[in-house]
Amino acid sequence: MKNLKLLTNPLNNENPITVQVLGICSALAVTVQMKPAIVMALSVTVVTAFSNLIISLGRNTIPPRIRIIIQLVVVAFLVIVVDQVLKAYVYDVSKKLSVFVGLIITNCIIMGRLEAFAMSNKPWDSLLDGIGSGAGYGLVLIAISTLREFFGSGSLMGFQVIPEGFYQMGYKDNGMMILPPMALISVGIIIWVQRSFNKKLIEN
Amino acid sequence: MENLFDLFVRNVFIENMVFAYFLGMCSYLAVSKTVKTSVGLGIAVIFVVTITVPVNWLMENYLLKAGALKWLGASFETVDLSFLSFLLFIAVIAAMVQLIEMVVEKFAPALYNALGIFLPLIAVNCAVLGAALFMQEREYGTITEATVYGFGAGFGWALAIVVLAAIREKLKYSNVPAPLRGLGLAFILTGLLAIAFMGFSGIKI
Repeated sequence: MKNLKLLTNPLNNENPITVQVLGICSALAVTVQMKPAIVMALSVTVVTAFSNLIISLGRNTIPPRIRIIIQLVVVAFLVIVVDQVLKAYVYDVSKKLSVFVGLIITNCIIMGRLEAFAMSNKPWDSLLDGIGSGAGYGLVLIAISTLREFFGSGSLMGFQVIPEGFYQMGYKDNGMMILPPMALISVGIIIWVQRSFNKKLIEN
Repeated sequence: MENLFDLFVRNVFIENMVFAYFLGMCSYLAVSKTVKTSVGLGIAVIFVVTITVPVNWLMENYLLKAGALKWLGASFETVDLSFLSFLLFIAVIAAMVQLIEMVVEKFAPALYNALGIFLPLIAVNCAVLGAALFMQEREYGTITEATVYGFGAGFGWALAIVVLAAIREKLKYSNVPAPLRGLGLAFILTGLLAIAFMGFSGIKI
């Protein structure tokens, strides 16, 4: 029961993006299309899960004074692995993500979970927490990218879903949705919708 | 000289860290509640980026790039360590932040008190690492260019956070729908500011 909570809490009540305000930078930049967003979500989940696990295994031996550097080195190592794997198997997506794969290192979700959870919990719990946080992040990423790809280019996952006939009748893709500012406004709207269903998240 | 000024203006307004690349958003949204603290954080970021970008430029050009190790001897000419750049850049940033913190504490206690807890936080501000990675991607030719780029990027970030903080202070007096209060509205505001900043993108310099 407790383990299930660790997995599901970050999806809604403790969502990294919409509630804890962590990991925003990458969430906005990679969500023009669904494919890079999904790859990014998977990469972040892998890095969060394993860095949580590794730090949690070593939590009793890491000296608190230099813990930040140790955490950064562990995360940087995992990110290098992920980056090399992406370059080897999905080169086009890895080009699209450009510096944002490297920026997973400073993705605050990871540092936040390491500090707040992995440093004081058992390895198994930490692994679950890492997966849950990654999934919560991925959920928002997929929601934003669906919105932006559907309205911005009329496609989903690269497949055209708005039929040709619509365009002939005068329908036009909303070019605004592809531009950076609409990512911010989409997140704002997602937060609005989430909070109107989940009243206890409302700020006073 | 002219070129350096162009570089500075371009990085403050057209390629603004926050509005064009969304870097450093976490602290940007979390700390922008009052103008006073956001000015403090802004200055700290300018300080750190202006120092870490040139240091990382030296790392890139004398250690990491393909052929950068030439100064060690002819046999090192083909060595390419660029896959290590994330690790080295973040280590440099973390070390510099720690160093700056100690130096500032020793020689300028007033500034140290003003910056307060913000200095250590900057190590994980993605604008700082992002500036280093963009510096690598754009291949600036000289260390002066890299320094000016760093200063411009930091200045743009500081400008963005102070603007948002000023708007949020005024917003306290307005009647906002309850679910949109705080974070949601901050996002939408940033989006509108970003649209405004896109107006600069037509400028050719």
